[in-house]
Amino acid sequence: MSELTLFLIRFAYLAVLWIFVLAALSVIRTDMFGARLPDSRAPRGARKQNKVAKAPRRRGAPTHVIVVEGANSGDRAELGDIPVLIGRGPDAAIRLDDDYVSTRHARIAASGDEWYVEDLGSTNGTYVGANRLTEPLSVTVGSQVRIGKTVLELRK
Amino acid sequence: MPSTNQPGALMDFVHRSRRGAELFLLVIALAVGVGAYAAVGLGVQGEVPVNIVGYGGWLALLVLAAHVALRMLAPYADPVLLPLVAALNGLGLAVIHRIDLAKGNDTGGSAQQQLIWMTLGVILFIGTLFLVRDHRLLQRFTYTSALAAVVLLLLPMVPGLGFRSSGAQIWIKIGGMTFQPGEVAKVLLVVAFAGYLVRHRDALALAGRRVLFLDLPRGRDLGPIMLIWLLSLGILAAQRDLGSALLFFGLFLVLLYVATERPGWLVVGGALFAAGATLAYFSFNHVQVRVKIWRDPMAYIDGTPDSRQLVEGLFGMAWGGLIGRGFGEGSPWRIPVVESDFIMAAIGEELGLTAVMAVLVCYGLIVERALRTALICRDGFGKLLAVGLGSVIALQTFVVIGGVTALIPLTGLTTPFISYGGSSLIANWVIIALIARVSDHARKPLPEWTPDDAEGENETTQVVRLR
Repeated sequence: MSELTLFLIRFAYLAVLWIFVLAALSVIRTDMFGARLPDSRAPRGARKQNKVAKAPRRRGAPTHVIVVEGANSGDRAELGDIPVLIGRGPDAAIRLDDDYVSTRHARIAASGDEWYVEDLGSTNGTYVGANRLTEPLSVTVGSQVRIGKTVLELRK
Repeated sequence: MPSTNQPGALMDFVHRSRRGAELFLLVIALAVGVGAYAAVGLGVQGEVPVNIVGYGGWLALLVLAAHVALRMLAPYADPVLLPLVAALNGLGLAVIHRIDLAKGNDTGGSAQQQLIWMTLGVILFIGTLFLVRDHRLLQRFTYTSALAAVVLLLLPMVPGLGFRSSGAQIWIKIGGMTFQPGEVAKVLLVVAFAGYLVRHRDALALAGRRVLFLDLPRGRDLGPIMLIWLLSLGILAAQRDLGSALLFFGLFLVLLYVATERPGWLVVGGALFAAGATLAYFSFNHVQVRVKIWRDPMAYIDGTPDSRQLVEGLFGMAWGGLIGRGFGEGSPWRIPVVESDFIMAAIGEELGLTAVMAVLVCYGLIVERALRTALICRDGFGKLLAVGLGSVIALQTFVVIGGVTALIPLTGLTTPFISYGGSSLIANWVIIALIARVSDHARKPLPEWTPDDAEGENETTQVVRLR
């Protein structure tokens, strides 16, 4: 085989190798910017809205969360646009003086019409009923969330 | 873990599944693998290998099987991981085949053996995805996997089962097949470290005394994991497998730092590393030899200690230059055991710096995807698992390629996915399966809520559909 052919083969192969690397990079790039909620999710969200409207009206969304049991009984936080952080740390919306509560213990956040409670990797866990949370769980008015020795309730 | 507290990190956007993009990348990855095989045939034998269709078909089948498994079992997994691994593995197979040809094994050499291991690796990849439907299940096996890792590390020291090869006693032999249990142990140790640290992270970071500038955690919090870690390091030192010891040390330090967010650990770790390295230098003769060779490789060609492997590797890479000699034009067989530790030198000789950089970028991207997965993952265990698995690949690549290029003293480890070596290959396929599992969980949109009309208005629990 001639010198030139071998050189071309080598060159072609290096080109293929780098085309692969660049293609992988471009997929990563589109993955970063292509992951948008409004475009891909909007039609589906709209459909869901209609379905909810047709269904019998629920008892309304919770407006605040209140501590019903524990040292900070009576503390409350409004459920607004920003997620409500619960914990012992200074940045928590509901600050609990409870030794069994982690600095950033749990969070209550909205997704669409729904409120979710999410454990933030706490030491002693977040419980709804008897179940320890492992992933965000949807909660509604009357749901009781137990954190350490404290019980919180969502209210209207 | 700071990202957990970003408002909106919970549900701001959804990731797309991207399986189509993965398929597109896989086609190019196959071109990388099969193209290298064809180029080896053309360069060495002057013709396209006769079995190119069978070989290419088998490779395509393996990769497609893994792709279909991802589609069915982890539809939201990261789209770049599998193609990167497929390309590296394909390139490695071709280079091993080229070394086989140089040694006169036209059929059925190490490359065929490696293809069998790759098949096994893909089967384990699919099996892991199938069995581990949720990575958080692994958290239950924190202590079990720690124990299993220690037992696996001890296996090569069992008389009759283990045997010694090139200085290190890290192999076991069962029915003619050799296996390196330490490779599996590293995956288990990541699970054990991640599971332990995620449970005790608050106690480790907050409780304890302050000594000088550092918050030392209480003994009962750090003790158990420290014990496992020291035990595994001790076993590895006794087996004279310093590459793996370095890997485990770095892994533990990274996970401790990520879990507690205390930079002080890096200072302590650095000091411990300096102390450990000095101790190893004075107590192991072969460490002194490695350091001597590293400081002046040329002085020991054909001497005692022998630096021929490192020097021939350096010669090869220099001879390769920017774009390499081309397959068949170099002489990689001059490097002893080139197909395992020194395969990067063979790539550097025949494909040049251009290809070596492409391979390094591929490793970088694998690690980047693992860290990215850790950032967007919603649970602490998944974060630590992804960071741990990613840093295993990062550290291993750094230690071995750093050694081959004489950046650091050489310690024996395999180049992930490229080197000849079955245990390492299948362990790395399992690592990729686990990262894919965590990333599927992290990228998947949250379960959709469906109103359950039958229960009426008084219901307090809602039905959440898990996808």
